[in-house]
Amino acid sequence: MPYNHKAELSKPERFTGGHRLCAGCGAGITCRAMMRAVDEGDRAVVCNATGCLEVSSFIYPYTAWEDSYIHAAFENASAVCGGVEAAYNALKRRGKLDGPDYKFLAIGGDGGTYDIGFQSLSGAMERGHDMTYFCYDNEAYMNTGIQRSSSTPRFASATTSPAGTESVGKKQNKKDLTEIMAAHGIPYAAQTTFIGNFKDFHEKAHRAIYTPGPAFVNVMAPCPRGWQYSAELLPEICRLAVETCVWPLYEVIEGKWILNYVPKKKLPVTEFMKLQGRFRHCFKPGNEWTLEAAQADVDRRWERLLQKCE
Amino acid sequence: MSIRDRLSGNEAIAHAMRQINPDVFAAFPITPSTEIPQYFAQYVANGLVDTEFVAVESEHSSMSACVGAEAAGARAVTATSSCGLAFMYEMLYVAASARLPITLACVNRTLTGPININNDHSDSMGARDTGWIQLYAENNQEAYDNYLQAMRIAETPDVRLPIMICQDGFITSHAVENILLEEDDAVKAFVGTYRPENALIGRDNPLAVGPYDTCPYCMEHKVQMAEAMKNAKRAVLDVAADFEKTFGRKYGFFEEYRMEDAEVALVLIGSTAGTAKACVDLLRAQGVKAGLVKIRVFRPFPMEELAAALAHTKAVAVMDKSEGNSASGGPLFAEVRSACYDLENRPALIDVVYGLAGRDCAVEDVERVYRRLLTIAETGEIGPRYVHMGQRSTQEEVL
Amino acid sequence: MSQSFRNISEQSAWQELTPGGEIYEGGTAKAYKTGEWRSNVPVWDPTVCKQCLLCAPFCPDSAIPVQDRKRLDFDLDHCKGCGICWKVCPFQAIRMEQEVRE
Repeated sequence: MPYNHKAELSKPERFTGGHRLCAGCGAGITCRAMMRAVDEGDRAVVCNATGCLEVSSFIYPYTAWEDSYIHAAFENASAVCGGVEAAYNALKRRGKLDGPDYKFLAIGGDGGTYDIGFQSLSGAMERGHDMTYFCYDNEAYMNTGIQRSSSTPRFASATTSPAGTESVGKKQNKKDLTEIMAAHGIPYAAQTTFIGNFKDFHEKAHRAIYTPGPAFVNVMAPCPRGWQYSAELLPEICRLAVETCVWPLYEVIEGKWILNYVPKKKLPVTEFMKLQGRFRHCFKPGNEWTLEAAQADVDRRWERLLQKCE
Repeated sequence: MSIRDRLSGNEAIAHAMRQINPDVFAAFPITPSTEIPQYFAQYVANGLVDTEFVAVESEHSSMSACVGAEAAGARAVTATSSCGLAFMYEMLYVAASARLPITLACVNRTLTGPININNDHSDSMGARDTGWIQLYAENNQEAYDNYLQAMRIAETPDVRLPIMICQDGFITSHAVENILLEEDDAVKAFVGTYRPENALIGRDNPLAVGPYDTCPYCMEHKVQMAEAMKNAKRAVLDVAADFEKTFGRKYGFFEEYRMEDAEVALVLIGSTAGTAKACVDLLRAQGVKAGLVKIRVFRPFPMEELAAALAHTKAVAVMDKSEGNSASGGPLFAEVRSACYDLENRPALIDVVYGLAGRDCAVEDVERVYRRLLTIAETGEIGPRYVHMGQRSTQEEVL
Repeated sequence: MSQSFRNISEQSAWQELTPGGEIYEGGTAKAYKTGEWRSNVPVWDPTVCKQCLLCAPFCPDSAIPVQDRKRLDFDLDHCKGCGICWKVCPFQAIRMEQEVRE
């Protein structure tokens, strides 16, 4: 069924206002779009790792979720989700459940996904639970104050990889988690962000949720505090992430790599970086090499991706 | 009608699990509990149970999966030992605070390090503040019987706390003893079904579990848990009463062995009780008024009841099979001493830390403890209050 | 009987709270008015608005209600004034103003 933007936006909200996320938070946008991808009439159980989203969306007695929700700890959203899914299978098989279908969604930030949550994510994906993992990737441990994660881009200044007289920010390149998840051989993995009328996000999220078995969706979710930009620039930053090929939009369907968007004109990575205070130091005289290195990194990854895709 | 059989402690637990046929088993191996998920996996493979068997990638994930499954309204179980329990330490608190009556079979093994696979109680003792109900077994019969009672205790509406059923690794888990098993239908009828009022799935209303609690709320939620643990005392006795009525075997907070007129007594946990009872009988034959209290329920701690049981004694040795590293004695000693504090005529109390990492404790060793107690009772001089027994040493040790 | 969150407040006794912090209803956060956080407020001009609905998915706070394929005015109980909708609107149907409160 082709994406009908207006119909989708007319559905009842399943992630409500009243949560405590910052003004302009990418995680909030992620959750609304994720829940829109659940068909009306189906119910969801959202399993959320500790982080910005969790402390903001379920702060007693306020839950922003219209569906069932469970938070347990930081590193185990996937394991908890696998447990819920296993219970569902058992209870259904024993005739103890009738009524609507359930979809099992796990969601965490890059901290709870790329790093501390990596083991449980890998385990759950390997076991083949019928679940979807959404990562709202804001590229640092934001809730604890913007510490670096393995998802933080090279040269970004984070509080545990700050720029200074002896440092130009994070030394290591961003871990390519989407590729790692695809290498698990799961039926579906995808990378997306907030573009245009959200067709890319919605179609990927819906496909992920309704593909039987494990699926992974990595969402670039900019953070005005951590990335140091004025909140209203979020859509521009997402657009530039895609147009510079910093965050390519692609899917891996049953092991087949599909590139969803090739920019007509690939913009230089500086267009993306210059809007964000976390890269401010890269533009100082003497640090030109960081901009060149960042461009080389993006180009290398883009070329590799082009080779993998049709 | 009970069925006579011969099983190891691990086999007995697996047998009980098969009879209960839980909804979800989250499994990760660690010596010496590994056999439990292995036996159970074979039951699954042969269609003897239709449990969802989730072979997780770590113990932290096995408790996480149990939390998810139990919150979804299912009966979730797991089994572990030692570092496995330590690895799920964070999640033990989560399971208890989310008030999820998960059942865990703990086959006690010493915590690393140095790494060693043999028995002591350091693993489950390390979890004594988590809010879990903790029951210990002397032998395979008690392990089996405790497991059958576990879910009814944990699922009691004003309890709703997870429960661990402990037994000594290798000593009872791997030793084959006679056992009385109950029939499948009788077990199912006793254990009953589990359907909580609220669950993540299968109810008209949604459920949100695991909030961020701001300060105005958090302490109240913890006080609720403390109250639930107090309620667990009543639940343990209620379920034990029904168990006795149904199957004929009697259980309480602890077993009192020849305590009626005992002047010297040991307080201990687990399989050493078997050895100690043999020693008590030897001493009694010599006219020594020796007795033994074997703790079954460590959490909730039966403080008043234990004090009453020890009130008439002159000298008591608490046998700690775990090192509390407090410099003042082991965990059981601290709690027993606290229990006796309000007694008008407190017995002299010493702590003997023994059997660490499976160090053997024979009848002769237990007798040395009783002889020391007799000396204390006679002379009134306690001497060193906190000693170890069984270690090699360059100097002469007390025991 | 499961307890409603409306009976829960920071003055509730421990006996009155839900066990383990469970909540038995969805969307209780709606009762919390994050609109009070704002310093800038969006102003919507329905005469300029083409109802393209490109703003609606970008709002992190579900503060652009949509009914039958048409957006309504802002939910000012929850709008935090981030300004994303202002930037994303292709028709300048939204502007940001400094909010004046009594």
